[in-house]
Amino acid sequence: MARDLTFLSATELGGLLAAGQLTSVELVQTCLARVQAVDGRVHAFNSYDEAAALVAAHESDARRAAGQARGPLDGIPVGFKDVIAVAGQPLTCSSRMLANYVSPYDATVTTRLKAAGAIPLGRLNMDEFAMGSSTENSAFGPTANPWDLSRVPGGSSGGSAAAVAAGELPLTLGSDTGGSIRQPAALCGIVGLKPTYGLVSRYGLAAYASSLDQIGPFARTVDDAALLLQAIAGHDERDSTSFKAEVPDYRADMAKRFGPWRIGVPKEFFGAGLDPEVGAAVQAAIEHYRKAGCEIREVSLPLAAEQAIAVYYLIATAEASSNLARYDGIRYGHRAAKAKDVVDLYFQSRAEGFGDEVKRRIILGTHVLSSGYYDAYYLRAQKVRTLIRNEFAAVLKNCDALLSPTSPTAAFKIGEKSSNPLAMYLTDIYTISVNLAGLPGISVPCGFTAAGLPVGLQLIGRPFDEAGLLSIARHYEQAHDWNSRHPNL
Amino acid sequence: MSAGSDLNIDYVANLARLALTDEQKTRYARQLGDILHYVDKLKQVDVTGVEPMAHAAPVFNVWQDDVARAGLSTEQALRNAPAQRQNMIVVPKVVE
Repeated sequence: MARDLTFLSATELGGLLAAGQLTSVELVQTCLARVQAVDGRVHAFNSYDEAAALVAAHESDARRAAGQARGPLDGIPVGFKDVIAVAGQPLTCSSRMLANYVSPYDATVTTRLKAAGAIPLGRLNMDEFAMGSSTENSAFGPTANPWDLSRVPGGSSGGSAAAVAAGELPLTLGSDTGGSIRQPAALCGIVGLKPTYGLVSRYGLAAYASSLDQIGPFARTVDDAALLLQAIAGHDERDSTSFKAEVPDYRADMAKRFGPWRIGVPKEFFGAGLDPEVGAAVQAAIEHYRKAGCEIREVSLPLAAEQAIAVYYLIATAEASSNLARYDGIRYGHRAAKAKDVVDLYFQSRAEGFGDEVKRRIILGTHVLSSGYYDAYYLRAQKVRTLIRNEFAAVLKNCDALLSPTSPTAAFKIGEKSSNPLAMYLTDIYTISVNLAGLPGISVPCGFTAAGLPVGLQLIGRPFDEAGLLSIARHYEQAHDWNSRHPNL
Repeated sequence: MSAGSDLNIDYVANLARLALTDEQKTRYARQLGDILHYVDKLKQVDVTGVEPMAHAAPVFNVWQDDVARAGLSTEQALRNAPAQRQNMIVVPKVVE
């Protein structure tokens, strides 16, 4: 084909499909060719099932030919972070523990995407069990940032972000527990949305920290993120924390919202540790909204800024130590070959199956839940979490959204922070509090450093007001052309 | 609240059913000591009278009708078992 589909948005691709100018089979083949051309260098994919994707694409084309296309996602390939179940496909969590695991059922998001006609394509690399901020913790090797292959793509959903940035897929799903969608979106120069806790079902998402985990979309445009969110959002009785929220037609709703908005700027999110180039790009975004007639309010979130990382690493590791107790080498997952009895089998299987960061977090989480430490660590963290939620609720009474950098720096070098866990944890300083409060957050591209690395702008919204948040993000996006630049691979 | 030196890594690794090498014990104790020192800052916050928060969703008791539904078949459920025989998972002998 003469035309270049590589960096078209899902909305544009859907238009071509609807107009009969493109088939899903052609589109899937184009994506597969791109994967074959660049993924040896990027390593966004852990695996992909070419035959299954082409079968689904043929079915999509047959539906369309019969006048039964299912909507804007019918025939569009969507990649999955390797932590979300697709029946019959591997689910590794980028861990040796699950290296040979095959999902026996579909996650709810998978069921919904299949019903919308989307083509599941690829299992995308990640930090092992979603624990990390750089995708260096994968048992199968790191993913590279498509803008600079010597740098990280962010994490933990680094493969999902890199696949979109590298032109391998138009849409992917990730999961975000402390920033794992927004931070890699920022570092890879694309859009990433973490929905309100409870909006998207967690059924079929391998659990890391259940009170914080949310599945969300990566896309090239805000419209595309809304399109993918539309398909996956909504109540699911198989997730007991799923909320019975009314799901609006996001794109129709966005078309009616033009602002001006009241935008809060948390002063503590612009302090020490913020790279000057990132700060300047975000300040320019503030000026965009000010010139558009928005009211810019300085707000204060002292606990979110000062205490969120401490709260997160107590709550998330406590939940992880409990969730990962299921990997015992008995029913599924890695089983050690040499064990002297069944208890030794647990010890050895877990020692062989888990990587360093996972072991560290299991130890920390077990410690903070253990007798004598529970009140001082876990319970206290849960109380400070309440105060952080209240702090956000208070400022969002008078603001439609909050604006900050997504990450304090652009992409760092592979290996730069991997020996210092605390330094790695601090890269999530602007995103983590949003998970603690359960709010929706989005990262949209807002410029490049002098070295050509993408910078992300984070917007934080009110609970279940994804339509408002997406509208505010799109207002900025449409006045800029950052997403017209692509990495040279 | 305690500093990192309170972390008894042998005790905790045993609770977590995780075999660690001596090198891992030394390294994790140092790294987790740094992290526990960092989280000590939570002591600065006054939490008097504050309710703990388990999760962010405004959802509490969730009830479903007690209706049987199709689940995984035996074959599907055993598909990922490391060792199986006659529709059962094989494990090392538990009772001597």
